[in-house]
Amino acid sequence: MYVAVKGGERAIENAHAWLAEERRGNTDIAELSIAQIREQLSLAVNRVMAEGSLYDPDLAALAIKQARGDLIEAIFLIRAYRTTLPRFGASEPVDTGIMACDRRISATFKDLPGGQVLGPTFDYTHRLLDFKLAADGEVPKAPSRDAETGNVPHVTGFLNREGLIEEAPHDDTPPPDLTREPLEMPADRALRLQALTRADEGFTLGLAYSTQRGYGRNHAFVGELRIGSVPVEMDIPELGFAVEIGEVILTECETVNQFTGSKTEPPQFTRGYGLVFGQTERKAISMALVDRALRWEELGEDNVGAPAQDAEFVLYHADNIQATGFLEHIKLPHYVDFQSELELVRKLRREAGAQQVQEAAE
Amino acid sequence: MTEYNFAYLDEQTKRMIRRAILKGLAIPGYQVPFASREMPMPYGWGTGGVQVSAAVLTPKDTFKVIDQGADDTTNAVSIRTFFQRTAGVATTTATSDATVIQTRHRIPEEPLHEGQILVYQVPIPEPLRFLEPRESETRKMHSLEEYGLMHVKLYEDISRHGHIATSYAYPVKVEGRYVMDPSPIPKFDNPKLGDMAAIQLFGAGREQRIYALPPYTQVVSLDFEDHPFEASKADHPCGMCGATDSYLDELIIDDAGGRMFVCSDTDYCEARQSAGHKGKDAA
Repeated sequence: MYVAVKGGERAIENAHAWLAEERRGNTDIAELSIAQIREQLSLAVNRVMAEGSLYDPDLAALAIKQARGDLIEAIFLIRAYRTTLPRFGASEPVDTGIMACDRRISATFKDLPGGQVLGPTFDYTHRLLDFKLAADGEVPKAPSRDAETGNVPHVTGFLNREGLIEEAPHDDTPPPDLTREPLEMPADRALRLQALTRADEGFTLGLAYSTQRGYGRNHAFVGELRIGSVPVEMDIPELGFAVEIGEVILTECETVNQFTGSKTEPPQFTRGYGLVFGQTERKAISMALVDRALRWEELGEDNVGAPAQDAEFVLYHADNIQATGFLEHIKLPHYVDFQSELELVRKLRREAGAQQVQEAAE
Repeated sequence: MTEYNFAYLDEQTKRMIRRAILKGLAIPGYQVPFASREMPMPYGWGTGGVQVSAAVLTPKDTFKVIDQGADDTTNAVSIRTFFQRTAGVATTTATSDATVIQTRHRIPEEPLHEGQILVYQVPIPEPLRFLEPRESETRKMHSLEEYGLMHVKLYEDISRHGHIATSYAYPVKVEGRYVMDPSPIPKFDNPKLGDMAAIQLFGAGREQRIYALPPYTQVVSLDFEDHPFEASKADHPCGMCGATDSYLDELIIDDAGGRMFVCSDTDYCEARQSAGHKGKDAA
């Protein structure tokens, strides 16, 4: 006997209660605090801030805890929260030239003003599981010295003095706001960069990698990669000048790309740019490579049909919150559509069957 | 939930959405881009419909949510609860009592009346999307009324299968102008789209589009003179209420392949049962 399915509401409530219990795990084990996540899983926190487009390490840590460590779910929590926040205004553009760098490297010059600073990097670690960490995570204090004072000039600035790299002309046009206007094509570079900085790290990495393997190859060197904090200033109309309202840590990557010239541009080095919240260098480098690939049109290059050159393809599929929502929606009931497909397939099969019988009879 | 505005969205956002809705109503079938917000439910789970409902709901409204025609499917429950919490509006399962009905994949069996609003959740608003993946191209095709590609697709279906092989999200033409995706409703529901007394609003959150059909709009399902459009359903009466005119879900009831057919519109089926109608599988 068929009974109409009722009680969806109770099922949902119970599922949520079970989820909360699973999130907590075995209660014999101490609960994670937000501060622990913020301090000890800071690269996860950085990714959530970057792709969630909200610079708040505590909220990002909370989201990671609530999401049981599922970073895309955590990014989703942050996005849904941020969209409800009132907007008081916009900051002045940050100046990465005055960044207090924790890390600053160039792959194009052995030495340069400001020096090479490795900073806290995995780069030269041997990827051997550290079993000592399983027992005791305490570490001796790292050696330190006084920070360099003074600005750290950009590497691309040195090339520019010789006119070897394309100009990046100053532009005061307010950038479009992806979170307040629908994404429409064609997208200018400011809008593309905005979409890329919050794009899924994995997707951006895959696209960037594809350009390296020849799908729209653009010969990138890491001209410079820098990580550090920059002051954020906001113009206060009542005061008539900008005041510092805080600091953010950013990762900036500028690539210098070989370019032999095109129909419209002389031979020169060209630029790719990545700027991401937090220490997120894999993402920043990927972003710079994809940015450069998407610039084929303005540089008069050929479109070789590579995925990374296709702005519609890249921008419409780079947002992991959109992607995961749509992907996972196929879990929802589709009885009605499936039923109509069933009817159609049965009808087509019936007719195909009848035709075969008739052919056999003939 | 006092920390959020009535119906969750802030008034500025609602105003932006209402503008898009009004534009949509002024140009029936035209897809209006709007700055869709991140909602507290995933994209693809009705965020477009939820934003449209949030923009049109008033405290006096009575709200109904269906998914697959049913009020008690999990996502319908979730969306109804969301507006109960954030807007405190009255809810109902009775189609005729509702002033705003949010739906996924169905149009209620009972004809809607003037003053009602039917809000559709739309996954892919672009009817030409699977023929041309580029948004820049499809927008051009709409503006130039270049719909040949769609007719070729339907014609190829006929030459290959003897029928148009589209059974849901069947494309329609609105007032002789825009080709529109009616959302993934079964083509059985297509005839109800035209000349409807209620306002029909379509919201696609992830794709950032809103479109609309004002009351009594002409909506024609695409077809050919020698292959006229045919609304189809399972050729059975409802096992519970005996209705022969409603769209049916097929249920598997035992291990031996036993099946029964039941109205997908739960309100319609229950109303008929309480009026004394009985199908062959009813207790």
